[in-house]
This record gives sequence, structure tokens and C-alpha cells, in this order.
Amino acid sequence: MARWLGRDVVSILDFTRDELLDLFEAASGLEGVLESGRARRLLEGKIVSLAFFEPSTRTRLSFEAAAKRLGAETIGFTAAEATSIAKGENLADTVRMLDGYSDLIVIRHRYEGAALYAAEIAEKPVINAGDGRQHHPTQAMLDLYTVNRLYGTVDGLVYGVLGDLRYGRAATSFLLALTRFKPKMVYLISPPLLRPREEVYMALRQQGLPFQETESLEEVLPELDVLYVTRIQRERFPDLRDYEKVRGSYRVTLDLLQRHAKPELKVLHPLPRVDEIDYRVDGSPYQAYFLQARLGVPVRAALLAKILGAW
Amino acid sequence: MLVRRIRDGTVIDHIPAGRALTVLRILGITGSEGYKLAIVMNVESKKLGKKDIVKIEGLYLDKEQLDKIALIAPTATVNIVKDYRVVEKMKVRLPEDLSNILSCANPTCITRQPREPIKPRFKLVSRRPVLYQCVYCGTLIEEDDIVRQLGGSA
Repeated sequence: MARWLGRDVVSILDFTRDELLDLFEAASGLEGVLESGRARRLLEGKIVSLAFFEPSTRTRLSFEAAAKRLGAETIGFTAAEATSIAKGENLADTVRMLDGYSDLIVIRHRYEGAALYAAEIAEKPVINAGDGRQHHPTQAMLDLYTVNRLYGTVDGLVYGVLGDLRYGRAATSFLLALTRFKPKMVYLISPPLLRPREEVYMALRQQGLPFQETESLEEVLPELDVLYVTRIQRERFPDLRDYEKVRGSYRVTLDLLQRHAKPELKVLHPLPRVDEIDYRVDGSPYQAYFLQARLGVPVRAALLAKILGAW
Repeated sequence: MLVRRIRDGTVIDHIPAGRALTVLRILGITGSEGYKLAIVMNVESKKLGKKDIVKIEGLYLDKEQLDKIALIAPTATVNIVKDYRVVEKMKVRLPEDLSNILSCANPTCITRQPREPIKPRFKLVSRRPVLYQCVYCGTLIEEDDIVRQLGGSA
């Protein structure tokens, strides 16, 4: 059985298939009761820190909603400027303070490795809500939960992961998460400049993920069951000239989907989007990204409940 | 070129030519510690063509310290000498974990932030070719980068 109590969540690779399925079961159990208020005593008296050193909408708000639906209080900040970090306080000292004030720390930071570092410092559990370009494990959890909910399984499907596979932590964690399951095939669809980093290829090969690379969405679209679209992460490009080269290099339109995709194809996106998915897709049966965003709450609630020993 | 035998201490032989000084740097030996030290560089070697040798009188280095040498001198052999006799011979082996020797090449790695009290840490992911991975940000570091960082020539 999974050991959840007090556990840190740094990388999706820290979790086995069985643990993820166990989490999905808890999330599914919570889905029905969160909004009714019947889960409000589960984390009563607990305080969850939300330490967002980088901007966030969905991740922060869904963690906050999840904590509150379970009866926990939240403290934290949404921009480093409003805290003593602006006065020069380092991450280590900030984490020690949060560790003293709360029962669990959710952290997002622009530097890769910040969450692991925080987990080493804090005695309380730390959840990585995104560290630079590297990991976004709870996004991967809710992504696969969404797939599981739509198809009843994560296995045996053909996936396309489109876009910024180099700097996008959601895409990277999604790919790493798929290594825990048995997809039929995973197509990595991106311009050459946005292909995964070498260490990610290494992990995918080591874990035996069946994958192929292509630059053409049209070519593989007819095969896909799930199309995972990501935004180009402008803020993480070391050289903005490279960003200009790939900007707008892919766009999913309703016309493209209607011409090439299976009718049952589902389009996911961790959001926010810029212009990579045409707004006309929103009203189509392909669109699953709003459901995906909504499912962030039960999945994060399940994670909080399990780590804090309430589920 | 003749270098006297040492009575007690450590002899590091078969260092690739030109890297003896880097070996000493990795071992943290500056010369100011007072040990008698012989550094022989670019001498003939049957095995390597040319090689360097380091002899340190009065200092016994342990395996953990010596394994760090493997980063730039994987061919090195080590003899521990007591009373002019070799009492232990060993080969260096790349350490599984490296702490505080290399720095991460990724400027946005948390270990590169000067205000954080954090030591860079790497784990060995491949011996041939030599490949280490930053524990914090996952960035890979190859042999050429390691040699360059440690001050040897790649």
C-alpha cells in the first residue's frame, strides 16, 4: 500500500502506477462530496502554506479551493515582491518560517530544484507546484486523472504531446507520468528547437516509453486519442531570439481537428493558453481542457488528504 | 628523471599527462600543508604513452577521497606505501554521488543561487561515457565539461 502520510511530492517519477491509481480512486471518491460540504471536517484545524514565488492562477486557486473544501486554512503569498524576499531573504529562511507556521507547504518557484531544496529543509511535507522548467507533478496527476475519467483507463491509448517540450514543465511531467502506464504510442510533436532536454529523453528511454518524434501534427492527428497541447514558455527561453523563431509555430483549429482527428479525440491543455488552441475548439466535443482544469480540485484535495493522513 | 621512493604515504600513478596539478586540486592539496610532495609530469609510460605521477609523503588518502580523482584521471592507480613497501594497491572508481566538487551548468538551478546555503550534488548515471546528473535540476554533465570545470584540458 502506498505510503502517503507526510510524504513530499517533488517529481511525478517518485510515484508508482499503483500509487497514482490509488490517488485517482481517492480523487474520484472526493469528487462527489467536496461541493456538498460533507468533506469539510477532514482537514479541520490544519494550515496549508501556499508559497507562490511565480505567477499562477489554476494551480494556486485549485490548491486553495481543495484545502478549503476539506476544512483547512490557507496562508501564503502569490508574489515574492510582497514578502521579505523583496528585502533579500533567501528561500531557505522563507521555507523554515512556513515550516513553523503550517502543516504542509505548497511551493512554486522559478528555479529548478527549489522544491527538492525546500523539502530537504522543511520537516513538514512539501508539494512541488512547479519548479522552473523541470517538474509539475500535481499537474501530471490531474492530467492523467482526466484521461482516466474520459476513457476509463490511461493504458492502450495513443497520445500526442504538442508544443514546448523543452521548457514546459507540464509537458515534461505529463511525459514522465506516462512512463508509469502503458500507452500504445506517444508522439512528441514540436519544432526542433522545442524538443525535450537530453535528461528527459534519457528518462523516457530508461523507462521504456514507446515514443516517436514528429514536427507535423496533421500527420499523426488521425491516430490520436489524446492531444495534449502546451503553451510556448516564453519566460524560460535563455535567448528570446529562439522564442521569436518558434512563436506561433503550431495552432490547433477546429477545422484541422474536423478534417484529421477521430471524433472521440480529446484535447487537453494545462492552461493558460495564448493562441495555440483556437477559441472555436472550446465549444466542440474535442475540448476537455475545462474539465481538466476543474478536476485539479479533487485531485489536489485527494493529495492533501492523503499526505495529511485524512484519507 | 629520477624521483626518490617514498617511505610512507600515497603514490598516484598513471595519471593522464598534464593532469597531476588538477589531481592535487581535487584532493585539496595546495602544497602549503607541509607534506613532502613529488609531482612528475609528462614522463614516458608503456600504458599511456605519457603520464603524470604524484607522490605524497606522510599522507594516506582513503578510497572516498581517491575516487574523486577518477573524474579526470580514470586510469590512475594508487599505491599506499608503508616503510618503503606497497601495502595496498587500488584503482580509482567514479563515485556514485558527488557533492560540492562540480557546479551545475544550468544558471537557473537552485544550486547556482548565491544566497542559498546549498551544495551542488550529482549522481552518476553512466560510466562510459562518463555522465553525471544534477540531483536538483536534472541537468546532465559530460566528461569534457567535468574536466574543463576542474581545470584540466578536455
